[in-house]
Amino acid sequence: MLELQHVCFSAPLESGGKTEILNDINLKISERFMAITGPNGSGKSTLAKIIAGIITPTSGRVLLDGEDITDLSITERAKRGISFAFQQPVRFKGLTVKDLISLAAGEKLSISAACSYLSEVGLCAKEYINREINASLSGGELKRIEIAEILARATKLSIFDEPEAGIDLWSFNNLIKVFEKMHEKINGSILIISHQERILNIADKLIMIANGKVAAEGTKEEVFPLLFGTTAGCRFTEGN
Amino acid sequence: MRELDNIKKNLLEQVADIHEIPAGAYSLRVDGKLFGKSNSENIEIVAKTDKQGIDIYVKPGTKKESLHIPVLLAQSGLKELVYNDFHIGQDCDITIVAGCGIHNGGKGESEHSGIHAFYLGKNARVKYIEKHYGEGDGNGKNTMNPTTVAELAEGAYMEMETAQIKGIDSTNRLTKATLADKATLIVREKVMTHGTQRAETRFEVDLNGEGCNTHVVSRSVARDSSTQLFVSHVNGNNACTGRTECDAIIMDGASVSAVPEIMANHPDASLVHEAAIGKIAGEQLIKLMTLGLTEKEAEEQIIGGFLK
Repeated sequence: MLELQHVCFSAPLESGGKTEILNDINLKISERFMAITGPNGSGKSTLAKIIAGIITPTSGRVLLDGEDITDLSITERAKRGISFAFQQPVRFKGLTVKDLISLAAGEKLSISAACSYLSEVGLCAKEYINREINASLSGGELKRIEIAEILARATKLSIFDEPEAGIDLWSFNNLIKVFEKMHEKINGSILIISHQERILNIADKLIMIANGKVAAEGTKEEVFPLLFGTTAGCRFTEGN
Repeated sequence: MRELDNIKKNLLEQVADIHEIPAGAYSLRVDGKLFGKSNSENIEIVAKTDKQGIDIYVKPGTKKESLHIPVLLAQSGLKELVYNDFHIGQDCDITIVAGCGIHNGGKGESEHSGIHAFYLGKNARVKYIEKHYGEGDGNGKNTMNPTTVAELAEGAYMEMETAQIKGIDSTNRLTKATLADKATLIVREKVMTHGTQRAETRFEVDLNGEGCNTHVVSRSVARDSSTQLFVSHVNGNNACTGRTECDAIIMDGASVSAVPEIMANHPDASLVHEAAIGKIAGEQLIKLMTLGLTEKEAEEQIIGGFLK
């Protein structure tokens, strides 16, 4: 189980001073599929990066299965079972799809094992396995490969930062199926940051972040009316 | 056939990916002398009489044959200059594996300078692979200065892959080529320098024929306080296409300089140069760290992939 205690984060401004991104976030994540949503700039991605260790919080603690991991590096957190799928997947000159999936799995994979992960995300494995993770791959292809890496890692907590970003409608429909399947099969927890109703629909629990705070938390029946109500967005921003 | 000792066998493996004397046509040079050679039905190797080196004659129409010409230096302080000329008949399709391995266990400076001249006949295809490798437990310097001169006749195609990844303290590489109508030259160069090593590579390509084409790609990694210089001159003298790319990763206190020159002397010459020098992107390191690699391991993976 992941727990966030009083997590705050403020970033320096170019003009001097600081801007508050996250303010006293308290969360417990033990559900199999949890989604975080909220308006652009509300601090969702920052929160995900704090969990993965990419960003250090200004104050507050992060606990994984009771262990305080706030001061652990990205690598140490990854080894303890946190996976992170980037909103904008990183490109590499020379490293192939197979290289990255092997690194994710933590062992040298056979071609067929690596291919099985690609098939899971709807990519024709033969076509992709030896491709370089470079500019020749489209945004949607990179996103799927990124998800295949998370499947290969099979850790207790998998974080996805806006998996729908940069994906066309057709690819998105397939992606939904991937997440539905993952929800059924995964042994650990999934934490997904998304704006997409169809992804939020699969979640066991929803969290809404607005203006750096937890604005709502609950089942989709509880949170959806707040999200998709005519004035939902304004109500929360004004409420803070 | 005489046997190679283990040091030389290791060098041979490093530069030619083979463990023993190769099958087919080969010429093996060890410590400044011809160690052994063998002709095939279509490939004839003749030792030069006026200077060090060999002439290689490949019969027109020779297909799917390979030729190995490794050079091994295990005697510290040995310096040599070797001339190898390759006469490739028309319509050939062959692979040539060259390379030089130096084991310098002493204090002397070991140096191998090879001048390779390629004459490709009409529509001949050559894949040329060259690896340079140095090692040693002494403090002797390892120097390699390869010069490659290629003349490509009409429709000829040459692909050149060169790699210098370890142990060469100083290198000065020169590649010169002239291309006739519809000829193609592809060069892929990989260089990694450490310590105080220095590597210089120069390309001079004359695109003389109509419809000829070249693509020169150099990828390098400069570590510690090593220095690198990349210079390319591509001259478009006809309706042709040319592209050079220099892509370098710089680390520690190294320095890299890229000096590209493209010159169009014909209105239908289309020439492009790209050069990029920079350190490893932080997001690449972070990405691999989220997969459980340490920063150091991530760095090695990124460099390994880049130079693969």
